[in-house]
Amino acid sequence: MDEERGNRGEPSDAAQWYELFSRGARDWLRHDEKVREAVRANLPEMIAGGDVINGGARTVRVPVRMLEHYHFRLRRPEEQQGAGQGKAKPGDVFSAPGREQGQGEKGPGGRDEGEVQLLLEFKIDDIVDWLWEAMKLPNLKARVGPSEETDWIREGWDRHGARSRLDRRRSFKELVKRRAAPGATQTFIDEDLRYRQLARRRQPALHAVVFFMLDVSGSMSDRDRKLAKTFFFWVVQGLRREYRSLETLFVAHTTEAWEFNEPDFFQVSGTGGTVASTGLAKVREIIDARYNPGRCNIYLFYASDGDNSVSDAADARSALSAIAADACFTGYVEVSSGLSRQLATETGKLFAELQAAGCAAGSYALNDFEDVWGAVRHFFTAEAQAPESQAPDSP
Amino acid sequence: MSEGWQSYVRRIEELAARSGLEFHRVDFEAVPDSFMMEIAVYGLPVRMPHWSFGVRYIYQLIQRHMGHSRLFEVVFPGNPGHAYLAASNGLAENILVTAHVLGHADFARNNLLFRRCQEQVSEHIVEHAANHARQIQQAIETHGAQRVEAALDAALALEQHVDVDQPLRRERYPEFLVDPKVLVEDQFRKRFAALEPLAGGSAIEVKKRAPLPPHPERDLLWFVANYAPEMESWERDIFLAVREESFYFYPVFATQIMNEGWASYWHARLLREADFIPQQAYLDAIKCHSDVVRPVAAETQVALSINPYHLGFAMWEKIVEKNGLPAARAIMQQDDDFSFVRNQLTRELADELGLFRYSARSDGQIKVLEQDLTALHEAVLAPKYNFGAPIVCASHVRNDGTLELTHDSSVDGRGLDLERSRKVLDYLQRVWRRPIVLTTVNQAGSALELTAP
Repeated sequence: MDEERGNRGEPSDAAQWYELFSRGARDWLRHDEKVREAVRANLPEMIAGGDVINGGARTVRVPVRMLEHYHFRLRRPEEQQGAGQGKAKPGDVFSAPGREQGQGEKGPGGRDEGEVQLLLEFKIDDIVDWLWEAMKLPNLKARVGPSEETDWIREGWDRHGARSRLDRRRSFKELVKRRAAPGATQTFIDEDLRYRQLARRRQPALHAVVFFMLDVSGSMSDRDRKLAKTFFFWVVQGLRREYRSLETLFVAHTTEAWEFNEPDFFQVSGTGGTVASTGLAKVREIIDARYNPGRCNIYLFYASDGDNSVSDAADARSALSAIAADACFTGYVEVSSGLSRQLATETGKLFAELQAAGCAAGSYALNDFEDVWGAVRHFFTAEAQAPESQAPDSP
Repeated sequence: MSEGWQSYVRRIEELAARSGLEFHRVDFEAVPDSFMMEIAVYGLPVRMPHWSFGVRYIYQLIQRHMGHSRLFEVVFPGNPGHAYLAASNGLAENILVTAHVLGHADFARNNLLFRRCQEQVSEHIVEHAANHARQIQQAIETHGAQRVEAALDAALALEQHVDVDQPLRRERYPEFLVDPKVLVEDQFRKRFAALEPLAGGSAIEVKKRAPLPPHPERDLLWFVANYAPEMESWERDIFLAVREESFYFYPVFATQIMNEGWASYWHARLLREADFIPQQAYLDAIKCHSDVVRPVAAETQVALSINPYHLGFAMWEKIVEKNGLPAARAIMQQDDDFSFVRNQLTRELADELGLFRYSARSDGQIKVLEQDLTALHEAVLAPKYNFGAPIVCASHVRNDGTLELTHDSSVDGRGLDLERSRKVLDYLQRVWRRPIVLTTVNQAGSALELTAP
């Protein structure tokens, strides 16, 4: 009998490999991949909520449920009968304790597991790529403004130049051409030599500045601010796809205007009325002080409930057109949770005028988190189609 | 693997054989806990890949981290049988587990349901399942992961819908009716025959095509694999592979109370009778035994489910005590859980164990119902009817290839969960490739049709 007991209790050859791979983990990964596909398919709805944005991190976490592999099941009855064991008399009534966990069973059977939630982490860059793909958003054109940024590029040849720029192949061709004529000198002469030439060329501005201007007057609720924040967040992501360096500036205003850093900006709340021109003037002031419109692309996004004071209309109009003259695009989102006034407000009118005047501008009424994607789509489509604010100078 | 355990294996085997157990040789193998867990998740040591196993794996991991489940052994019937023991078992646990495994081996060799299914599947299910896994891996390489996954989604969703009363390698239906009743001698045929005596009336052989299927077919895996209008051969192979594994799982599922009870009865008895086991190991093993067969979790007074180890163990103790071992062995051979519980779970035993029936309302209120032995039997068995699945039959294939499925709500007592059923139809539609119609009943009990696409 003993020789038959070859592998009794002894780890077999295969056993040494058991620790090295895991089929369970492989199928788990496939499950997670499927969840990701499902999340990706429903991305706009899932992450439109304001909670996904965690300050500055490059990933978002999305809570998801485990997928279920469906089988035919009977409808859940109103009253379910079962068998139990323990100290209980007929007529006893008690409330359900936590669901009993069945023991690990073989085969089909006890699959009534409790609910488990997964937190999946997504890279924001991936999400933005998927979104732009899914929503068929246009890629923005980096505008060549009256750019002062220049670069040297290689252009043409000359008979004179620095030794380091000697083009040997070209020079040799010249030699061969010349030697074809009867009686020509067989060796190189100065006339054969060709030097590469450089020329200056204008570079499209690869730098962008985005101004986010938020109305924090008393009429803007927390929810309004959160809506604006969500919208701003995705705008930044979209613009980042286009510009290698993107600066964001935050301006808040009531009847006065202040510049903020990002964390404070979304916390700030003010009281009092709304005078949009103060904010716009602040933006203009920052542009003049720190940026040269010829060297960078300027964007302005303004979020407000639209209740600008009537007496400010003229000032706001002139301040806005002063910015629009230099900006690639100016956008206005009207956040008015509950009231859907569809841009028929003071501020709404200002931007409508601007757009009518042929400037690159757009407006959108943002009433709910579901509208955020509509807004992003609206602005990016409008921006891509906007008339070039300045024709590129011919070199 | 603990030292010294191996010296006990043979002595336990001899003791078991003396006690009347008949079993094929069992190969024991110690494997890491992670591997034990995978066996529990897949049901077989090597099985086809599918993401739904990944879901079970996550739940299993969570349960293990919460300390809910500990697996000592998994045994696969066959000749020889394979038993996998957790490498973390101590000596006492391994002694107990060895005796337990021999109980299973005896059961698997002698129980008629097990034997019939093993005759179909062969005694080498472990190797067959590994072959299926390899075959599916090849299909993935040839046809791509997505297409294979679609076929597996459908096949595994129907894994309970097999008919183990039919042979595993089952013939297709006869294509023509054997005795077409339309050709009985009627007036017309008589006169026709009289007109021309040479033609001889019944000499014209008229065949009539049999309806498809000729009767409602509950073996959906087999039916789809054989009659899907546009299925590819590798997809059929996947359906048949899943079906074969279901044939193996069915007796495990349908005799769980008996089988676990029988193994628990024998490990307790062999341990009692084994005078060669040191005192301390014996005590540890008995402690382990009482953890396994305890009726309810230690901290609760009332359990809303029944531990099959406990119920089976208690029933076998009673049967052997009252009727003797030969009678118990006869029951073990001939019964499955349905006949076992209905015939052997008596009023006294149910009272002794404190079994009760309850009804749970959707708001979480639970009411203990009055005593009724027959109803109690059915409450214990309810989750086991029809492999734990609703009765759904293929009832007709229309001329355009549309598959009609019918849910037998009169037996199941209520209609299907519509949302899940729709998803299953979606899975199935991707391999059937023609429309599918499923008839069930709604809340009010009137007929309802689900269609895909």
